[in-house]
Amino acid sequence: MLRGELEGRDLEEYVKERVWLTTLEKAQNWARKNAVWPLGFGLACCAIEMITVIGSPRNDISRFGAEVVRGSPRQADMIILSGRVSIKMAPIVRRIYDQMLEPKWVIAMGACSSSAGMFNNYALVQGADKFLPVDIYIPGCPPRPEALMYGILKLQKLIEEQPDLSWRERYRSHGTEEVA
Amino acid sequence: MPDATELELIAQEVRARHGDDVVVGTTYYREQATLEVKPEAVRDVIAGLRERYPLLMSVHGCDYLPEEPRFGVHYQLLNMRNPDRLCVKTRVGLENCEVPSIVGIHPGANHQEREVYDMFGVVFKGHPDLRRILMPEDYEGHPQRRDFPMGGEPVLFTHNEHQMPRWYD
Amino acid sequence: MTDRPLDIPYREREKSVTMERLERPDLPIEGTTVPQDTELFTINLGPHHPATHGVLRLLCTIEGEVVRDLVPLVGYVHTGIEKSCEKQSYWKVIPFVERMDYLSYYFNMGAYCMTVERLLDIEVPRRAEYLRVIHWELNRISSHLFWLATSMLDVGAITMLWWGCRERDYVLDLFEMSSGQRMHTRYFQIGGVVEDIPPGFDRKVRDFLALLRTRLDQYEALLDKNEIFLQRMKNTGIVSEERLLELGVTGPLLRATGNPWDLRKAMPYSAYADFDFKIPVGKVGDNYDRYRVRMEEMRQSAAIVEQALDGLPEGPWITNNRKVALPPRHELATSMEALIHHFKLVTEGMRVPPGEAYVAIESPRGELGCFVVSDGSSKPARVHMRDPSFVNLQALRDMAVGGLIADLIVAIAMLDPILGGIDR
Repeated sequence: MLRGELEGRDLEEYVKERVWLTTLEKAQNWARKNAVWPLGFGLACCAIEMITVIGSPRNDISRFGAEVVRGSPRQADMIILSGRVSIKMAPIVRRIYDQMLEPKWVIAMGACSSSAGMFNNYALVQGADKFLPVDIYIPGCPPRPEALMYGILKLQKLIEEQPDLSWRERYRSHGTEEVA
Repeated sequence: MPDATELELIAQEVRARHGDDVVVGTTYYREQATLEVKPEAVRDVIAGLRERYPLLMSVHGCDYLPEEPRFGVHYQLLNMRNPDRLCVKTRVGLENCEVPSIVGIHPGANHQEREVYDMFGVVFKGHPDLRRILMPEDYEGHPQRRDFPMGGEPVLFTHNEHQMPRWYD
Repeated sequence: MTDRPLDIPYREREKSVTMERLERPDLPIEGTTVPQDTELFTINLGPHHPATHGVLRLLCTIEGEVVRDLVPLVGYVHTGIEKSCEKQSYWKVIPFVERMDYLSYYFNMGAYCMTVERLLDIEVPRRAEYLRVIHWELNRISSHLFWLATSMLDVGAITMLWWGCRERDYVLDLFEMSSGQRMHTRYFQIGGVVEDIPPGFDRKVRDFLALLRTRLDQYEALLDKNEIFLQRMKNTGIVSEERLLELGVTGPLLRATGNPWDLRKAMPYSAYADFDFKIPVGKVGDNYDRYRVRMEEMRQSAAIVEQALDGLPEGPWITNNRKVALPPRHELATSMEALIHHFKLVTEGMRVPPGEAYVAIESPRGELGCFVVSDGSSKPARVHMRDPSFVNLQALRDMAVGGLIADLIVAIAMLDPILGGIDR
């Protein structure tokens, strides 16, 4: 096809339709956002809605590239904290998060992992962002599967546009670090 | 449910078998029968009631704080043949917080007595493996007691936002 | 075993969960006879594991591929719900309590509401009882469908995940139609249900039930003749009926051994005495029987829902006692007493005379009991749920010891533990 059959303008049009010119960062972000593999990690009731999103034919996230749920944190990109994080579980979640390889993202799904929800008591960590940097918070108790998909899409937009910005810079929330 | 007269008969039987002062009282409230016994005699009473109520459904505790003795331990017994429930209850105070364990009679009480120990601090003598089950192993305190604080953190409103550390900066 | 456990130092008391078998593999385990020269290996099926149905941690001592000992460690999702309930008024406890056993939320609500109604000694109108039964049985169907989806995923029949979740979505649509929310609907209130069902609900439920029957036939056609499935499930995880009764296990696990104990028939509560349904029981008590019992229970639940819809009486859906239930909104404009009742209920809550009560219902996993102590004020003094999964977990050791690791995974799946109920 390219051995001289098109000339001049036709050739330019042909090439423009078929070849993209972009920066490496944009290509990398595009590839990363369309293949965010979640870690299979469910804690409590929100895990049921998460399994509905992953496993139900009606709302499924495999059309967004997130179908491959990895069992091991070393192979996963994203952890969806679905459910209440108790004080016994918090060090384990932190260890799993540390085992994930960069780049990694955290979605706090539901009211209990965003801010302990309605359980303002001795047994829960009041929000997972006390020990993990969270990128997306999804409210709801439990959030609808569509809400979780919207959160994942928002995460994809985030990866595409501002991948390096940590959430503390983006929301100007310095001063929320826990001093241990 | 055993009705009120049957409950009195059961109490009489228990008194006849284990001694007169073992039964502290009987309650028949809203068609539910409760037999209150002394803490030391719990194991014997439940073993003695085994022909009438062979199954243990639940062991749970309660903190009746302003009243003494403070902790109550309830045993829910069930009879499957003619369906019937009976609650056996004991009260222990804070100083002498010990109840004999019934794991030898009903192995299903294992986890449930551990939960009562974890939440209230009632020690079950003779329990094979008395450790905390719900809270982390090195937790101090017994959360479900009435004088244990609720925990958590104060909720951020406009009237106290300046007392909280500077979240808006 | 000692008479004074508190005399032993605290770290010593945790000896049962050490890894000392790594250094001393010749230590005998109680209850088994293991020859002296075998090597026992203790591994941790940790809280984060794809097959543990939540955050259940198991310390397994295995010899090769055979499981010799099993210690379950729970508490990783302990939320302190029972303590939080003590500072809420009685009707505000309902959203807390329904998040315990998070697959069977109507049952949690139902047990609590029935206990408080027993303490208050009020009657629930007939229509509300029938609506409660309809929602209970629909929830039983959705809980069993989700159990089917996830446990068949563990066994290896991955298609069932898609199919089970698809059917469950239909049930959640029905819940959304009646109460506005898919899960954790806060639909039951003390005295009845919060609101009547909308007009198209009846037809949609009947359509769904007709669909469910054909789908259940498809599931059985897929699984029941599959050689791999049968080999994994038949004759594995057998526990005798006496042992289960000693442990206090109820529900489909007990019914699979042949004991037809079901609180809906044995000690009927609510409107169950009006319906005609059978209790499926198994023969041997292995994993295959547990699977068959639950599949058949779904069909029986569908029959109950149809009978309830056929016989649904007219009438109020919540009690008329204004001290317990909110008055309807149109009365607030005309009647002063209604306004005062509304105000008292919303700000302070209802007052319950002092006493204690324990009421048990049959949830998809067994006997779910609720124990409420009231001290005369508007907040409960103690709310405790006797959760079936918490007691059933003690049977896991008997189910898995002596079998292979693969059988352990199937045993956990067939046990159907819900960690929210275990840990509360």
